[in-house]
Amino acid sequence: MFKYLQSIGASSLNLFSRLGRANIFMWSVLYGGIGLFKRPRLLIKELYSVGVLSLLIITTSGFFVGMVLGLQGYITLVKFGVEDTLGSMVALSLVRELGPVVTALLFAGRAGSALTAEIGLMKTTEQLASMEMMAVDPVHRVISPRLFAGIISMPLLAAIFSTVAIYGGYFVGVDMLGVDSGVFWSQMQANVDLREDILNGVFKSFIFGIAVTWIAVFEGYDTEPTSEGISRATTRTVVYSALAILSLDFILTALMFGNF
Amino acid sequence: MITTRKVEIFVGLFIVIGFLALLVLAAKVSNVGGFDQSEGYEIKAYFENIGGLREKAPVTMSGVKIGEVTKIGYDAKRYQAVVSMEIAPEYDFLSIDTQASIYTAGLLGAQYITLSPGAEEENLKAGDVIQYTQSALVLEEIIGQFLVKMATDK
Amino acid sequence: MSTPLIKIEDVHFSRIDREIFSGVNMEIEVGKITAIMGPSGCGKTTLLRLIGGQLKPSQGSILVEGKNINKQSHTELYAIRRRMGMLFQSGALLTDLNVFENVAFPIREHYDFPESIIKNLVLIKLELVGLRGATKLMPSELSGGMNRRVALARAIALDPVFMMYDEPFVGLDPITMGVAVSLIRELNDALGMSSIVVSHDIHEVLSIADNINLIADGKVIASGSSYDIQHSSSEWVQQFIHGKPDGPVPFHYPAVTDFQAQLMQSKI
Repeated sequence: MFKYLQSIGASSLNLFSRLGRANIFMWSVLYGGIGLFKRPRLLIKELYSVGVLSLLIITTSGFFVGMVLGLQGYITLVKFGVEDTLGSMVALSLVRELGPVVTALLFAGRAGSALTAEIGLMKTTEQLASMEMMAVDPVHRVISPRLFAGIISMPLLAAIFSTVAIYGGYFVGVDMLGVDSGVFWSQMQANVDLREDILNGVFKSFIFGIAVTWIAVFEGYDTEPTSEGISRATTRTVVYSALAILSLDFILTALMFGNF
Repeated sequence: MITTRKVEIFVGLFIVIGFLALLVLAAKVSNVGGFDQSEGYEIKAYFENIGGLREKAPVTMSGVKIGEVTKIGYDAKRYQAVVSMEIAPEYDFLSIDTQASIYTAGLLGAQYITLSPGAEEENLKAGDVIQYTQSALVLEEIIGQFLVKMATDK
Repeated sequence: MSTPLIKIEDVHFSRIDREIFSGVNMEIEVGKITAIMGPSGCGKTTLLRLIGGQLKPSQGSILVEGKNINKQSHTELYAIRRRMGMLFQSGALLTDLNVFENVAFPIREHYDFPESIIKNLVLIKLELVGLRGATKLMPSELSGGMNRRVALARAIALDPVFMMYDEPFVGLDPITMGVAVSLIRELNDALGMSSIVVSHDIHEVLSIADNINLIADGKVIASGSSYDIQHSSSEWVQQFIHGKPDGPVPFHYPAVTDFQAQLMQSKI
């Protein structure tokens, strides 16, 4: 029995020490962002691998999610005779919730795990250590560009997701199921507020970007330098990112849309 | 290996597309250019019962949105609800005997204020109070009235 | 004797549950090749990391060119690191850059030279290790030996004051090993550097080392010039130098039970 208590204690201590390391790490990474202004090439390269290469999965998923929303929304709304509100239903669901959250989850799976594996591999093959010995701070050179690339990419990807999805919903609702095109857009425009809905959604995806990229980058940096360690770290990235996204989503939604 | 030039082009495209998406969301999807309440003038109305009226509910005239409810409070002296609303500056021709009523959008929808024009020459200005109001229809009262009517009919 | 380049004084260092160093004293002489040898797991690589300031000793001090490496600020530490070159066991080339870019990396990071100067510097270093023709190859296309030679070129890119070699001979074929051995000696003398070689390849090390330090059980067991060590009277040193399977370092890992008794038991 004491063994279990002991292991819980050990895990908790380990968790706290990791959180502490992650925090200290973050400050160093953020500080390295200053150097990025002098060498934008690094940032651009990472924006490509993290942002551009995620476009395919984001747009495809977006389109499908939008279509499903259109379909499911229509089926339910038509029972109450209010299928004309499909446009605003689809748009609000996406812009407020699904856009930021699903994009973040997909991003964690695709780009987050790739970042963790890449950085973990660099650590295992001593590339990070060799940089240190060459008097180049590996955190500033390797990690900072990747973090900022993630933070910048996420809101853009979420916006692309939402836009594509809305058109997916349009395709199903208007082209396939016969909702009037003008009503679709006008209802949407009447009910979607720029500040409350869209900007809040963008802010959410910005926060998710910080959280997911931070987790991905830290897990890679902190991994045990073995192949087993890397695979565990990659799994942790995806799992912790998902947990962080969903819990942050609740907190942010409550703050933004709850009537406190 | 993909050349640096191509990388930069793609990244540039990515950023452009991202911002375009944001633009589309802002322009086509949202109600931007809708009501901006910073320049209008404020008027008040007292109601017996505001029902489900909430802040930010639209204030309309003949179905056209001309303002928004900004504050809902309770006046302890008059024992009535006091609703403050902001009217867009271009609608400055509301006569002082305008009536404010609380209607429901659709069958089960959100409630809003609708203004019916009056006949007086003078117009409402900032800070004025609407004299004639009609409260929201409350389901329980209607049922109560109906039951009473049924009872007295017998 | 002139001021030593590196002075390691009473250094203690432990990892989680194991004490690796329990009072190590060593002096590295300027301009010479000093070998650090010992059985596997005695902490030779750890010692290099301690010298480079990547690890901190729990006790004792390490002075590099007279400065305590662990008391330096971040900037000062990085300034000192620019004067040292380190060759990792795995080469540790950056996998996303080709050979030229790898060697150019430290130059680009620290100096703002125009491309033509960088090009010349890189080509000079590559020529020194004999790989000037391999500039466009990626690390994944290089053999192990070539990998390490490129890493060597990168390590000397900034003309360091001293070089550290972590197991440079491991896993090389005889020819490549011969190349590595001669490179270490020639570079040390031609560039006026000092070198620390961590290895347990006796034959190769003996052919180029000026001074030898033997580490075992967390302490320096023997230290002196190459000649002195080879003719040492210590049994342990002799076992190590000549690779005898049994001697002061026992063949058998200590077992608790008697062999016959353990065979008779039904289980371990």
